[in-house]
Amino acid sequence: MGILEVTDVNKRFGGLQALGKVNLSVQEGTCHAIIGPNGAGKSTLLNCLVGKLIPDTGTVTFEGQSVLGRKPYEINQMGISRVFQTPEIFGDLTVLENMLMPVFARRDGTFRLHAYETIANERELLDEAEGMLDEVNMLDKRHMHSASLSRGDKRRLEMAMCLVQKPKLLLLDEPTAGMARADTNNTIDLLKEIKEKRNITMAIIEHDMHVVFSLADRITVLAQGTPLVEDIPENIKGHPKVREAYLGEAQV
Amino acid sequence: MEAIILQILNGLDKGSAYALIALGLTLIFGTLGVVNFAHGAIFMIGAFVAVTLNRVLNLSFSVIDETRTDFLGNPMQVQVPYVEHWFGTQTGAAIIDWSVPLAIIVAIPIMALIGIAMERGLIKHFYKRPHADQILVTFGLAIVLQEIIKAFYGANPIPTPAPDAFVGSFDLGQIFGFEPFAIMYPYWRLVYFAFAAVVIGAVFAFLQFTTFGMVVRAGMADRETVGILGIDIDKRFTTMFAIAAIVAGLAGVMYTPILSPNYHMGMDFLVLSFVVVVVGGMGSLGGAVAAGFLLGVLQSFASMSQVIDLIPGINQVIIYLVAIIVLLTRPRGLMGRKGVMED
Amino acid sequence: MLGLNKADLRLYLIVLGMLIFAPFIMNPFPEGSGLAQFNGGYPDLLQKLVIFGIFAVGFNILFGLTGYLSFGHAAFLGVGSYAGVWMMKLLTMNVVPALIISVLTAGLLSVIIGYVSLRRSGIYFSILTLAFAQMCYSLAYSVLTPITGGETGLTLSLNDPRVLGTSQTAEGNIPVPHFFGLEMNASSTLELGAWSFTFNTGYYFCAVVMAVAFYFAIRLFRSPFGLMLRAVKSNQARMSYTGLNARPYTLAAFVISGMYAGLAGGLMVAMDPLAGAERMIWTASGEVVLMAILGGVGTLIGPILGAGVIKYLESIISTINSTILHQWFAFLPDGLEDFVVAIIYPFVGKGWHLTLGIVFMLVVIFLPGGIVEGGKRIGNLFRRKRREETPPSSTTTPAPKPGE
Repeated sequence: MGILEVTDVNKRFGGLQALGKVNLSVQEGTCHAIIGPNGAGKSTLLNCLVGKLIPDTGTVTFEGQSVLGRKPYEINQMGISRVFQTPEIFGDLTVLENMLMPVFARRDGTFRLHAYETIANERELLDEAEGMLDEVNMLDKRHMHSASLSRGDKRRLEMAMCLVQKPKLLLLDEPTAGMARADTNNTIDLLKEIKEKRNITMAIIEHDMHVVFSLADRITVLAQGTPLVEDIPENIKGHPKVREAYLGEAQV
Repeated sequence: MEAIILQILNGLDKGSAYALIALGLTLIFGTLGVVNFAHGAIFMIGAFVAVTLNRVLNLSFSVIDETRTDFLGNPMQVQVPYVEHWFGTQTGAAIIDWSVPLAIIVAIPIMALIGIAMERGLIKHFYKRPHADQILVTFGLAIVLQEIIKAFYGANPIPTPAPDAFVGSFDLGQIFGFEPFAIMYPYWRLVYFAFAAVVIGAVFAFLQFTTFGMVVRAGMADRETVGILGIDIDKRFTTMFAIAAIVAGLAGVMYTPILSPNYHMGMDFLVLSFVVVVVGGMGSLGGAVAAGFLLGVLQSFASMSQVIDLIPGINQVIIYLVAIIVLLTRPRGLMGRKGVMED
Repeated sequence: MLGLNKADLRLYLIVLGMLIFAPFIMNPFPEGSGLAQFNGGYPDLLQKLVIFGIFAVGFNILFGLTGYLSFGHAAFLGVGSYAGVWMMKLLTMNVVPALIISVLTAGLLSVIIGYVSLRRSGIYFSILTLAFAQMCYSLAYSVLTPITGGETGLTLSLNDPRVLGTSQTAEGNIPVPHFFGLEMNASSTLELGAWSFTFNTGYYFCAVVMAVAFYFAIRLFRSPFGLMLRAVKSNQARMSYTGLNARPYTLAAFVISGMYAGLAGGLMVAMDPLAGAERMIWTASGEVVLMAILGGVGTLIGPILGAGVIKYLESIISTINSTILHQWFAFLPDGLEDFVVAIIYPFVGKGWHLTLGIVFMLVVIFLPGGIVEGGKRIGNLFRRKRREETPPSSTTTPAPKPGE
């Protein structure tokens, strides 16, 4: 029984079958990659996991509890954090304030009317936020306006915001999309470090095979909304069906 | 039955005005993506164009009329409008009598100029600013425009009569076989409705059948793509703004016999027209027109004494109530498209 | 001190100082001098400045922090006024119960309006709030006339029950609003040479309320809750995926700012016990938007400055007439004098709104940050100048290399 279980999930958009009978099981402590050509339904699947979309049929359970019908913030409070394809951060806030958001969310839940407290007095939470910034080497930028960060730094910040929540499952939506090779390698190192040091379960959607094979413990190949095959990376590389559907067009 | 028909008819003139203003608002929304709080002021300026023309035509000089004498037996001094002097008494009097319809001819170039000046001078710089900024700056402009009008024309409503031929009511019901005097309807309201129908038809035909209209419609659907095609969409949008201004201005010109123009009539109509646009669906021209008439007629029904007895005060709030219900149940309005103003 | 950091404390003390010494600050010109007409130190205006300051501070909590532009905030002020007058009619002329009921009623109304309006955002939210406020306004004028007094407005009368007080004074007058015996309209005058300063109980009562309200606003701005509100403005999607529910935060901000508006409405009643529907018309809602924008949206002091400047200029400019203008420009040659007066005249007196509209447009176009940003820019200008004056030995700005 995996930490995340997706069973028989179907999703249609009008006449288009975006997901058909998707089954997926992410084991605790592993990095599970979901790959597939464009339009294979990877993003739709991810959106079904975080509450942005609700599948037509099928179930999605996290630690044995169904996530269906829950709002994104409830699912996040269950322990699922998400990193977006283009970094989603609070551009109007400083880097430190960005980091405080998840820290407050973890302590205070989805809502609390803490209008008479002062942030400066929350020493413990500030330490935690600054500590995390230090770990991703961004402490010196903590008073910067986060909109003015470089794209790489925005990605690091977003990642740090997810990590400081100590998520049980981290969902990554093409974390290296549009990045230069050097940045991609940095991100891989960062993710490897996260995986080894923190032992966080990860599910990653990725186009870049280099990233996938550097990180993944298991790979699910999605094509036209249905899982084609699921296996360890070594077997995926040579799998004829996968080559045919997908890898034939990519460099491996 | 007669009562219902009468209420529908009574709602038509107000509905026509809402529809005309909302049509312009939606054109500007859809093409330029701008929320124009100054659009009501354009309607108001249109009304004052009619007032001004009426005054200009009535400019007179004094002559001594030898044929008439006052009670002392001296020749009487009379005021003769220049127009009557130039064109002869009868033609001149007719011109003055028809000042409101004549104002249409004057209003078209004036409103076009005002529209172009507004777009080029101000709105253009706000395309990339947040909607809140657009609301605020056009709100400021609306205040300025109405205060200028107030400074020139004062705060009191200025009655501007319709041509004599259209004064009074006629028995519309009898024409359609109802009891005599059951459905009495003022001539001018019918004229206004017909006029609105023609203007709306013209705008739609223009958008439907000309290349220009095609480009504008394409631009409303997907601005970026049209821009990529190498079409200078900006220039067309300026023209679109001018057209919206003309439509609102003409709505104002023709409305003067129904409601004596005052400086704040623009604001009064603007709020309701916004509601109309929202109910119709932002970016939907058909929706704006349909919702304009719908709300006009609904308001007229809510003003019936039987309805007021049933629900007191409903006539005051019906439009807002409808807007709130529509916005909550159909967020995009009755005929709205996806993705318009949803950021 | 007071749980504020140094900068905030300084700001708060400055505001406190301004509140305490306003009767002096606003009355800089000696009585009888030509400039006396620019004095704003009379109780009526000072009260107005403070009351609208509270209104604008509250509005800024919603618009400044969350970015939700409400075009119907005057409805809360109006409802607060009505509730306050009713409290004085039924219970007592003591202003405290009136203020409490004003705040609560406005809060209740803002829960209802906010709950519905906040289901939409952006322009739709603005129009929904506008529609609700216009609805309140129309109802107050029509069906609710028994409660609101309709067109004549709601006033006290000699046969109000006033359970905890007297219906009329011994002299047969309507009693005056008071704070545990301190009558709001009591004033004392201090003559200092040519100057004359008026201290009014009502003003100082308003000032105390403002001091408390502003303190809460500062605390809110620096609280985790304030941070959440700024996050709502910045990125609602990220907020949701961070485990935070934006809706209750926004609603809470809406209700708090509605309660500030109710408080302002209650204070108006405490100063002058009458209420009318015209307080709720949508241009009144527009006015508080102007105040916040003119002062500086999202800043602490901005709305107070904006409210102060607008209400001060309103009272000064609208009293200027052509005679006064002719006096001012009497030093010019006759023809030129008439010309200058003719140019300025449309902008003063009854033309005050024209001036307001123009100033407002200029601010939105050129200075979206309002007075506060303007002050910052000027400050930066001076700082840069001072830096330039020091010998250019500093290596902070290396000279551009040729060809760059």
